[in-house]
Amino acid sequence: MNTNIQEIKDLCIGFKSQKGEQISILRNITTNIRKGETVGIVGESGSGKSTLALAMMGYIKHGLFTTGGECLFKSKDLLSLNNKELEDIRGRKIAMIPQNAGQALTPNLKIGYQIEEALKLHTDFNKVEREKKISELLNQVRLPSPSIMALRYPHELSGGQQQRVAVAMALAGNPELLLLDEPTTGLDVTTQAHVLELLKDIAKETGTSMVYVSHDLGAIAQVCDRVIVMYAGEIVLEGPVRKILKEPIHPYTYGLLKSIPKLSLSGLPDSMPGSQPQPGNIGSGCSFYDRCNFSSDECKVKVPELEYLSDIDTSVRCFNHSELISKTSEQKITNDLKNKITIDEILDLKDVSISYAKQGIIDQFLNKVTDTNPTVKDINININKGETIALVGESGSGKSTILKSIAGLLKTKDGYIKFDKEKLLSGDLKKRNSEDLRSIQLIFQNPDESLNPNHTVEQILSQPLKLYFGLTGSKLKTSIAELLEKVRLGAFYMSRYPRQLSGGEKQRIAVARAFAARPDIILCDEVTSALDVSVQAAVLDLLQKLKEELGTTYVFVSHDLAVVKAISDRVAVLYQGRLCEIGPSKDVYQFPSHPYTEVLIGAVLEPDPDIRPKLVAEDIVEEKPPEIGCSFQGRCPRIIGDKCRNETPPWQIGDNGNAIRCHINIEELKIQQS
Amino acid sequence: MFFLIFKRFVLGLITLFIVSLITFIGVEILPGDACTSYLEREAFGEALAACIKRLGLDVPAHERYISWAYNVIQGDFGYSLSGQMQINEVLGPRIKNSLVLASAAIIIGIPLALILGIITALWRDKMPDIIISTVAIFSMTIPEFISATLLILIVAIWLEWLPGIVIVPTDVTFFELLPNIILPVIAIAMIMTAHMARMVRSSVIQVMASDYIQMAILKGVPYWKMVFKHVLPNALLPAINVVALTIAWLLGGVVVTEVVFNYPGLGRLVIESISNRDLPVVQALGIILASIYVSINFIADLLTLMLNPRLKTLQTRK
Repeated sequence: MNTNIQEIKDLCIGFKSQKGEQISILRNITTNIRKGETVGIVGESGSGKSTLALAMMGYIKHGLFTTGGECLFKSKDLLSLNNKELEDIRGRKIAMIPQNAGQALTPNLKIGYQIEEALKLHTDFNKVEREKKISELLNQVRLPSPSIMALRYPHELSGGQQQRVAVAMALAGNPELLLLDEPTTGLDVTTQAHVLELLKDIAKETGTSMVYVSHDLGAIAQVCDRVIVMYAGEIVLEGPVRKILKEPIHPYTYGLLKSIPKLSLSGLPDSMPGSQPQPGNIGSGCSFYDRCNFSSDECKVKVPELEYLSDIDTSVRCFNHSELISKTSEQKITNDLKNKITIDEILDLKDVSISYAKQGIIDQFLNKVTDTNPTVKDINININKGETIALVGESGSGKSTILKSIAGLLKTKDGYIKFDKEKLLSGDLKKRNSEDLRSIQLIFQNPDESLNPNHTVEQILSQPLKLYFGLTGSKLKTSIAELLEKVRLGAFYMSRYPRQLSGGEKQRIAVARAFAARPDIILCDEVTSALDVSVQAAVLDLLQKLKEELGTTYVFVSHDLAVVKAISDRVAVLYQGRLCEIGPSKDVYQFPSHPYTEVLIGAVLEPDPDIRPKLVAEDIVEEKPPEIGCSFQGRCPRIIGDKCRNETPPWQIGDNGNAIRCHINIEELKIQQS
Repeated sequence: MFFLIFKRFVLGLITLFIVSLITFIGVEILPGDACTSYLEREAFGEALAACIKRLGLDVPAHERYISWAYNVIQGDFGYSLSGQMQINEVLGPRIKNSLVLASAAIIIGIPLALILGIITALWRDKMPDIIISTVAIFSMTIPEFISATLLILIVAIWLEWLPGIVIVPTDVTFFELLPNIILPVIAIAMIMTAHMARMVRSSVIQVMASDYIQMAILKGVPYWKMVFKHVLPNALLPAINVVALTIAWLLGGVVVTEVVFNYPGLGRLVIESISNRDLPVVQALGIILASIYVSINFIADLLTLMLNPRLKTLQTRK
């Protein structure tokens, strides 16, 4: 019996460039998916992993075409079937769980209808049976009250719930193969851990084969049996998950793993130089040659073949794989932070609360306070010159709100923000003087949106220089060149437009623009979230180097606890706009800690199949913080009763200097958590 | 949701009030007044004084505005100067004629625009799209006075199938009017359909490229079912407002076309009353056209609210 459910042979997919050249996105992909196994496809953006996953369903995006090879599902070539035949396979034999369920559910159709549609197409159930099945499916993906859920529209659900609906929809046709395209990217850490747990259970219950596409090695480690690593449209490494993640024998995989910040390590991760070659720009040798630290002369001129090593059941595309392990073990990393923190206070947030609620015209007239429960409340944080303080929390925790308020983009409702000990920062941007504006700069999450696409790099960088220092002519040019130098880009980047830059380069320009103002404080809003891991490591490294050189203070907002641990001196954990815990980062990551911090740390996915996340709390989404009591009462696994619901918890100081806001005695917490 | 509808409604009323003020002030600050333009060269001495007295122009402007507005609310626009007849009697048949023309253009144009827009989007970059889109661009860019003139030349003069211009009394019956409106309707529909079809096309293409359509395909939904259930409801929602604006534009009188065909609709009345300096009629037309725009946009907003589940629940939850 054939145990392969899908066989991909020599698949090549490409597009025609404007000059009429044929450019490959996927190059000679050959692999098999076995019955009942979960295979992970890993790679950075542009590696072709999503194109490969879609091809496994016989779907080629508009503008792309196959230039060779075949995609056999049960010995039928999907790429040669017509639409009618594909409709019978899609959803019934092979189903897809999309990356962003929020956008993948049709907005005008109710959840129940969309699942029923799949049932109608792929099963013989009658109306009553279908309704029963919908409830069953929604139950199976652990959505509360299925009958109500079925009547909702997609936008009425939270991100995690939408993803669960997408899973239920995929399961409706009882498929033999499930393709998951980054199914947890964009979800909060705790939600992500829960969805992965669910997927694992489903794989176990139904015996469905799964192909899990992701850039996140942490997620891959949790669910996959086998891993395929892709680089520049090729498979560079393929083998059992433990082998790949623990002893990678391909330099790219090795570098990738090294560049992921981990909770178990301190300091910044190693970064990989360079970036993935664009399709059509791949040289004559190994596609990884430019970035490889272990290359030999052979690599430059000859393309390595995918070589199967039967003793470890692994395929690798590298000439020097046998020496890699001995070479890599010599490398040691010491990337500890060397921040010169003074006890000079630079920023003081006192009793800050921020509200998004707009006063009605009449209330404004009567000067009535309408919002008694603001989005952000009681924030007290002192920031010293030269330190990096991180604000962490899931979406809705108010971390970006606080950042915007420091930047002057949002007014505070109560409390104040003081800069440099005496200057009170106005909540109104227009009332801040040029000096205050210069001192505080902001770097945004997505450089695609924060850089004007119609300005050249020179124009982008010249704006702060002209505005704050009045530079012109050759002085301006020299300053721009110096800035580019600082962010490790050559002066020839000046004439380029943002679209001509890679994601990492764009973010470097955004960093350079912030530093152009020679600020005292830089506010970093999820600055690495949109970047690939290897690029993330490089950007973090750059931020750290610049800081060590210039003594800038960072306020760093992120949802990624591992990134935060790597870069920050101090961490403030937020839930629903209220502080839960604040302290030196090495202590916040140790117990005893606030139950919410515990939940967050438990949900972090390490790229190691032997470290499992600990799921201690449900991933319910709360729309509003509770009016009274502890902000975390709704989800707290250690709730002790009415006290938590009615009284605001007190601050307690731990042995290590971290402050925890909880009703449970800190000694008691230590015992419970150990 | 009801609060929102109420808010839109009040906003519409405020808009009308401001429009009425602007037209009134506009007419007021023009040199001369209704009497001087009516009496022309005899506008002096006793005749002028008598006229001013008769039309009540000796009262201060704000009082005249109030009494005018009060009458308008009750549906009385006063007297036109040129014909010395009630403005309501002037407007009535004109509105009817414009309505006939507009309805015909709407009945033909909008379904055609939707169908063509959808066809061009679904067969994007293929033969049907290339042909329809080219024709659409032509009929969009050729100004209507040229296309209308060409139509008259070909259909009325060379082929002698239909009357070239409309020579009927203002108050003909519907069936007498019908053969006369065919050419004007074609002239209007050409431009209108082309515009809307392009809009629908881009909207459908945008939805077709969305994640949820890719998902529907990968779910195995048959093509036409996907088009009707997943694509069209989402693609046509933004079209509602464009359709509304087009309808308002049609009802408000398609000035150029009406003039070319000598069609007795509102558009031509605007031109006539301006060139006759018939200020009360201009004023009345201003407020009527504004009401048409405001009420049609209001209806479009209501429709969007009703059809878009996103807006619906957002409002009710609040």
